Amino acid sequence: MLKQTKKRKSGMPLICGENIRKAAVYFMLALWALMVLFPFYWMILTSLKGYGAYNSEYIPKLYTLSPTFENYEEAFSAVPLADYFVNTVIFTVLTTALMLAVIIPAAFAFSRLEFRGKNILFTLFLSLMMIPNELVIITNYVTVTNLDLRNTFTGLVLPSAMSVFYVYLLKENFSQIPDELYYAAKVDGTSDLKYLFKVMLPICKPTVITVTVLKVIECWNSYIWPRLVTDNSAYFLVSNGIQEIRENGFGRENIPAMMAAVVVISVPLIVIFLIFRKKIMEGVARGGTKG
Amino acid sequence: MENNNKKAWLYLLPAMLFLGVFMVYPLVDVFIYSFEEGYNSASQTFFGTGTYNYSYVLRDPYFLQALKNTFILVIITVPLSTLIALGISLGLSSVKAVRNLFQTIYFLPYVTNTLAVGLVFMILFEKTPYTDGFANLVLNIFGAGPIDFIDGPYAAKMFVLCFYTIWVVMPFKILILTSALASVNPDYYNAAQVDGTSKFRIFTKITLPMISPMVFYLVITGFIGAFKAYSDAVALFGTELNAAGMNTIVGYVYDMLYGNSGGYPSYASAAAIILFVIVLTVTNINLLISKKYVHYK
Amino acid sequence: MKVVLQDLTKKFRARGKKDGSEVIAVNSFSFEIPDGKLVGLLGPSGCGKSTTLNLISGLLKPTSGKIFFGDDDVTELEPEKRGVGLVFQNYALYPHLTVFQNIIFPLQNLKGAQKLTKDEMREKAYKIASLVQIDELMDRKPSELSGGQQQRVAIARALVKMPKVLLLDEPLSNLDARLRLHTREEIKRIQKETGITTVFVTHDQEEAMSISDMIVVMKDGVIQQIGAPQQVYERPVNLFVAKFLGTPPINVFKGEIRDGGLYIGAQRVLEAESSFSGACFVGVRPEGFVPCDGGKLECDLSRVEIMGRDVSVVCANPSCTSPVIRAVISSDTSINACSEKVRFDLKPQKVHIFDSKNEIRIDADLK
Repeated sequence: MLKQTKKRKSGMPLICGENIRKAAVYFMLALWALMVLFPFYWMILTSLKGYGAYNSEYIPKLYTLSPTFENYEEAFSAVPLADYFVNTVIFTVLTTALMLAVIIPAAFAFSRLEFRGKNILFTLFLSLMMIPNELVIITNYVTVTNLDLRNTFTGLVLPSAMSVFYVYLLKENFSQIPDELYYAAKVDGTSDLKYLFKVMLPICKPTVITVTVLKVIECWNSYIWPRLVTDNSAYFLVSNGIQEIRENGFGRENIPAMMAAVVVISVPLIVIFLIFRKKIMEGVARGGTKG
Repeated sequence: MENNNKKAWLYLLPAMLFLGVFMVYPLVDVFIYSFEEGYNSASQTFFGTGTYNYSYVLRDPYFLQALKNTFILVIITVPLSTLIALGISLGLSSVKAVRNLFQTIYFLPYVTNTLAVGLVFMILFEKTPYTDGFANLVLNIFGAGPIDFIDGPYAAKMFVLCFYTIWVVMPFKILILTSALASVNPDYYNAAQVDGTSKFRIFTKITLPMISPMVFYLVITGFIGAFKAYSDAVALFGTELNAAGMNTIVGYVYDMLYGNSGGYPSYASAAAIILFVIVLTVTNINLLISKKYVHYK
Repeated sequence: MKVVLQDLTKKFRARGKKDGSEVIAVNSFSFEIPDGKLVGLLGPSGCGKSTTLNLISGLLKPTSGKIFFGDDDVTELEPEKRGVGLVFQNYALYPHLTVFQNIIFPLQNLKGAQKLTKDEMREKAYKIASLVQIDELMDRKPSELSGGQQQRVAIARALVKMPKVLLLDEPLSNLDARLRLHTREEIKRIQKETGITTVFVTHDQEEAMSISDMIVVMKDGVIQQIGAPQQVYERPVNLFVAKFLGTPPINVFKGEIRDGGLYIGAQRVLEAESSFSGACFVGVRPEGFVPCDGGKLECDLSRVEIMGRDVSVVCANPSCTSPVIRAVISSDTSINACSEKVRFDLKPQKVHIFDSKNEIRIDADLK
């Protein structure tokens, strides 16, 4: 009896402590969510403030009562934002398509075909994953300059198209398809190419989508290489466009218009992310790194 | 078999061509560049070979500044971001409600353009004649004076750079740690609970060893990533990083290659190789340390 | 279509060895599969039966020897040109295609004069589907089917192009026991209806015995015995075949033939007329024991297991090569489960004698 009361007495504060701990956890999680979301809120908020209104707020307001879309008009008319946008779309589509055309056959060869030197070659492939981009970009810059490919899509796309990591990711996925499927197809007279397109790719569709989406994100955000090989604003991508806008665009003071431009170039990726949320997060968890 | 050989090489040809031209050849070339003295990119001539490029880079005050900035950035952001990410992931795995929502929000910085959001951070922290900016508004609440984080004292600029870097790398770390925590077999926790193990002890004796390979993976990739920092700095301080005193090693490489002070691929190559050696050394030290502490199944 | 294998040998390079040593998976394998028969390749795992099947299908090429389908030499022919249907142990259905799409997949590969219209494909697919009784499931994906249904789809896919030879690799091993019994009868029925020469591989002797017209027992890449199942069971050519066939397995004793008699230990269990004399192995099928008071073979009784129709008597004898002897007797024979000893007479036709040196069958007239 005595024992039981004792137990109950010590049980009460335990439950209380549990609640406090839970509240603290939620507080911490919400705090970080706020930290993440606040810049997004701020950029949308600022983009909706009028130029005059923004500059008259010495102490910035956390809300606006007179939202306006004039900054968005300004963003598209004062600087060639639409052109940057189109350039980025072209660059992204070309690079991603070229990458798929290159890595799918390579992954297929490594996973399905038997040939002399396969293991050594694959090891060499993997070791290339460790080479930092910074080391090879110098020569690529010189190569592209010497070939007169600066300020062309060819110069932008070609060095960005290959990804050893995605070959690896795809090869691993291809290899999980049981051999029997290949033998069954072979007995039925299916050619290797048809097997690749009719059987392997449909089965590995999730991975192909993941790889595609990750590459799209990478292309959309790429900054360093485009900056090196383009100095003609007709070939600027959105990242370079933003930098250009910041330094020469609306004049340093028209921050609401700048924020409108930032919103415009951020939206496509956020939409893609919300559509492919699961696939992207899975793909990244399997070893993607940023950039 | 012969037939198969040819076919396989045909499938691999495009990939090999791309890798050969844009990775293997440049890799060899960068070493050659770095030893060619007085290379002139216009005439493509050089005077001789030697280590002059390296000694020039290592004596260049801009490079030393970039080296210092990069090291500070690495030492602050890698441990801090890993710790915060660990805390948040633990929090996430202990709640059920709105967990998916939180996860989605936390991942957002991963899919946003570093340059674009960097601009927002600049505005949040900037002090101009028209406004003190949002950051100073917050500081004011605590009674601290207005500071220009973008164009002011070095420590303030470094703070913003670290803050933004952590903001950018968090999604990846949270994601990896959350999935690592989720993959720990709940039987271990149940067994420990039955044995009356305290929460703290469960964390240090079970959870941490179980996820240690992933934590370690994050530390290594974190070091590598932080040493290669560049875009974040550009986003906050503009392309003239040397003038702002906020350049990084990678920034130095690009500045040597291109831009107002550019046209020196030899110096750029030497700097890139120095960076590569530093990253390789640090990674190897990490690997050595991990052998002692990381628990692999 | 009759299938002839002539001196077939397949060597593989040994794995993990750098000296280039080889493993012989199939060693000069010769036999003829008569047209329209169902043949079971039987043996323990690693005996080369799957390799043999893959040689017939063409997925592997023999190191030496020849394969004929009818009178045609197909040894160098690619698998797709041989006209074989293959069913895999795990069925190998394309997971992203429906049952219907899986079945017509081989038909879509046909080229030139053989090319079929969509309607012809549909007709063929439905005909074969009703033969294997899956025409209700045509729009499902493989993941929505039970193991037995997947198995039928795999058979339908293999049969739809009317192969000359149907090959089945462990077709029943992924099914549960009850379904296995049912499916093996189905396979027999389908094979009879289509009349296609069929070869299947199994490690389960009961499965092979129950449906095959002919079984081939293999060990280490070498054929041990070929024949009708009952014939192989009743006259095993060596100790390995005797041990491999039959459940419960045969009981093997160390024995001797001398003075016109067969001895186990000191006991003369049967009269034996043979040109052979000396040490031998004596194999006695579980059903070869007849318990009787004056029986010639005395064993220590361990226990009696009643399994419904039969009674299993578990006992021991110092001459037996295994610590346990299992005798199966009909349940109306009474056995005193409490006694310590049990005595048996042996049925001569259930006793097989093998030379103790090379384990080859010794012909003896037993009484």
